[in-house]
Amino acid sequence: MSNASLHQFSTLTVILLMLAFYGGTYLMTLGIRKKEEDADAFMVSNHRVGFGIGAASMTATWIWAASFYAAATSGYTYGVSGPIHYGLWGALMILFIYPFGRRFRKLAPNAHTLGELIHARHGASSQLILALSNLLGSIISLMVNFTASGALVSVLSPLSFQAGVIIAGVGVLLYTLWSGFRASVLTDFAQLVAMMAIAVVIIPAVFFAMGGPSELVAGLGNLTPEQADFFSVDAILNQGAPFFVAVLAYAIGNQTISQRLFAVNEDHIKPTFLTATVGYGAIVIGLGMIGLMALTLGIEPLNGDMNNLIPQMVSGYLPPLFIALFFILVIGSLSSTADSDLSALSAIMMADVYGKNIARGKADPRRMLLVGRLTMIVATVIGIVFASFSLDILVMLVFVGALWGAIVFPVIASCFWSRVTNAAFTTSVIVAMLLFCVARFEWLPLTGLVGLGFEVLASIGGGVIIGLMAFGFLGRVAGFLAGALALVAMLVFATGFLRDYTVLLASLTAYGTSTLVCVVMSLASRERFDFDSIRERVGDYSDHHPAAEPVEPARDPAPASLATPR
Amino acid sequence: MTTFFTLYVLIWPALTLGVLIVICRAVLRDRREARRQRKQLV
Repeated sequence: MSNASLHQFSTLTVILLMLAFYGGTYLMTLGIRKKEEDADAFMVSNHRVGFGIGAASMTATWIWAASFYAAATSGYTYGVSGPIHYGLWGALMILFIYPFGRRFRKLAPNAHTLGELIHARHGASSQLILALSNLLGSIISLMVNFTASGALVSVLSPLSFQAGVIIAGVGVLLYTLWSGFRASVLTDFAQLVAMMAIAVVIIPAVFFAMGGPSELVAGLGNLTPEQADFFSVDAILNQGAPFFVAVLAYAIGNQTISQRLFAVNEDHIKPTFLTATVGYGAIVIGLGMIGLMALTLGIEPLNGDMNNLIPQMVSGYLPPLFIALFFILVIGSLSSTADSDLSALSAIMMADVYGKNIARGKADPRRMLLVGRLTMIVATVIGIVFASFSLDILVMLVFVGALWGAIVFPVIASCFWSRVTNAAFTTSVIVAMLLFCVARFEWLPLTGLVGLGFEVLASIGGGVIIGLMAFGFLGRVAGFLAGALALVAMLVFATGFLRDYTVLLASLTAYGTSTLVCVVMSLASRERFDFDSIRERVGDYSDHHPAAEPVEPARDPAPASLATPR
Repeated sequence: MTTFFTLYVLIWPALTLGVLIVICRAVLRDRREARRQRKQLV
């Protein structure tokens, strides 16, 4: 088995599989297509997505192609706890976002992007920082997903890497282009059903085909003591903790998530996100178990590439039909995330860039739709071109997550604390990103006082993460207490050694620095913001309202909404 | 040990199946409701 090659499909088979997938998905969207789409439906489906579709879409979007590969890699590298350290934290972050999501919806029930809320709260500079980080993240996500398609097609068929990239890019664009977010959430449901059904079959099939429980237990002898330990410190520090930190930032900084927060019927936010939490965790951890199975069997990844682990196991133990199912599983996961990225990018360009900063009070819904669709086309082309570069998915995941980590505290604080100013938001993010880069790329030697300074900042970051989580669910006092305890624990246990884990150190530094700067500058401010004004400033862009309808006058500190409230 | 690892591996597809059923039932309910109100599902 260790030297086995992967099953190869013929070119015709792969083309037919992709044609069936993308053709079927496209036909599905014809059922909801309107000749004249309206801008709000295109961005957030008029804020009335139901629980079932919402939960399916949230789960499908959160699962991207890397989820399976990385979970299996984690199981293979870190042993029994590996799949948990990839999947559980990712799942909990869906859970973590919903209390804040409810606050976002309460403040701005008609928003389409988190940027609109921040624009109403602070003005253009803070909003554009958020929009820029969202754009960057979604472009990278698109690129990663198209890359995964190219890699999958090239290892399982004679077709080239570029062919796989282009087919996925064009396929996703075709079914998302006309109806935008509505097409994305509807197809997410179908894609998730396919993914879940396949996972339900594939995981036990591989497990029993490799020899079942007795073989797995017998193979535990192949594991190192760290790999066999369910509470492996190695796994926690190298996989769990950096991923935990990165995914926390993803939840706040990712427009695909906030778009769903603003789209789901307000009464269904809690069950939607709870269901998505369990769904994501189950499917990703389950597929990660295949990596653990490979480890216990002593299998070496083909060509040293960890991404080959799952296809290798499926190829080695199951008939070709299962390889085809696995193929659809990966294409489904990458497509559901890619269409969400296209929808997210178009909403940002429509609402944040065109609506708030170009149209300036005279947003024409038809022009907005044109902007959204052009954005999708340009983003797809960029994603396809950039996919040619082979970048390490896990490193990128942590890097982008840390960039978003810098905005987590300022965004949340801006929604709860009336003293946070635009200057505090902007400055804190810029300083945090700078210090993140210093630590992450070791622009300064992380030794002596410099190393200690970064560890203190990182400890504050750790306290902030725990504090925010407790605050979201249990309120202000519990948040402060949990944050303070975590800070003290970090200062005691992390100083002196955290500098050896630069990924974790840098990510936590981003949180700690932005919090510190934001808090200090806000405390120095005498401004008090009226949160009720956000609702008035963020409205719908509906075709039913004439574009020339008067817009509210600007009020300090932020300019008025450019949209017309319903 | 064997029972633990069997559960540890198979609990995830079982949970996946449970969530799949919950989501499908909710979507069917939403679809019926949308039809009753003569609206689209999304």
